[in-house]
Amino acid sequence: MSTVSARRTSSTTDLALVATFAALIAVCAILPAINGVANVPFTLQMFGVFLAGSVLGARRGFLAVVLYLVVGTAGLPVFTQGSAGPAVWAGATGGYLLAFPLAAALVGFVATRVARRSPAVFVGAVSLAAAVATVAVVGTLGTLGMMRALDVSASVAWGFATPFFVADVVKGVLAAVVAASVLRAFPQLARR
Amino acid sequence: MTDLLGAYRPGRSVLHRIPAGPKLGLLATYGAIAVALHGPASAVVLLVVSLALTLVAGMPVRRTLRQVRGLLVLAVVVAAFQTWQRGWPVAVHVVGDLLALVLAALVFTATTPVDDVLTAVERGLRPFRRLGVRPERVALAFSLVLRAIPGILETARETRAAAKARGLERSPRALLVPLAVRTVGRAYETGDALAARGLGDD
Repeated sequence: MSTVSARRTSSTTDLALVATFAALIAVCAILPAINGVANVPFTLQMFGVFLAGSVLGARRGFLAVVLYLVVGTAGLPVFTQGSAGPAVWAGATGGYLLAFPLAAALVGFVATRVARRSPAVFVGAVSLAAAVATVAVVGTLGTLGMMRALDVSASVAWGFATPFFVADVVKGVLAAVVAASVLRAFPQLARR
Repeated sequence: MTDLLGAYRPGRSVLHRIPAGPKLGLLATYGAIAVALHGPASAVVLLVVSLALTLVAGMPVRRTLRQVRGLLVLAVVVAAFQTWQRGWPVAVHVVGDLLALVLAALVFTATTPVDDVLTAVERGLRPFRRLGVRPERVALAFSLVLRAIPGILETARETRAAAKARGLERSPRALLVPLAVRTVGRAYETGDALAARGLGDD
């Protein structure tokens, strides 16, 4: 009896966590850009994607990002600069959006494995995973999407894609630091 | 702040009256046609068709222009680059297709309420029930996202104000840790409330 109700609670809690993080990514994307280091403004969409992976793990993080993309594609203005609808997939940035769930899953896969280690190990490993995801997953799919939409060569598309890498790597570190605090506040998140 | 009702514009045009599911199918077909056709002439025809669709949908020209402002800048850059590299026919083809597809997608968004699209997605998932997909859970997740966004926006404003009061508005940690922790707390409350009502389980 108690195991049944425990499983039921965890199933609804997972649903609530996935939906709430989809909403958090939406808020991160539409908040006015915050002024970060050296007053360079940046939006937090990628931070939200990495945070979903590092806090929720691969499966739930992946689902949270997919849910965010579906709600935005349906027309809710939750993409950066308030854009919405299927138009985001037709433009030059569709490949990036496709990469987001995979990036969250990769970061989540690593985060789950280091969740019980010291905060320093956790932050280091998750930051590294986010940096790898930025270049390997987001960079590759973003480049492919740009090649398709603009009919340019891989090297030209890659040249357009790379200037954002530094900012995204910083957002990965930020997500790892914040995720370590969240896991300290809610140790039950790592129990999966 | 962003208008959370979305880019939907109520109206009575023929495009507004097509149900969301079939309309999404039409949009996908239109995209497939655009990808299949080659050459500058077809791109110009598609662009004219898309522009006509915005008129049929009754979309205000200025608002539409504002939506595609960033895209137009990109289109100019790409057109110049492609003309220089591969000649004007390629430039017309690439930019024409891009603008035609984005405009058609914007017409879809302007004529279809978000709720209708999400209901169509839920309905489209029903045949996949035997693969383990549970459409009613998906529908519940959609409504939870829509309900959570205003509250999290409010939390973000509060944490920003609190960080500012402490002179820490430049510290991303002071802004983001309280936001993330309060958001997770909110998720657990939501999960408990759902479980107490017997919702969201198998």
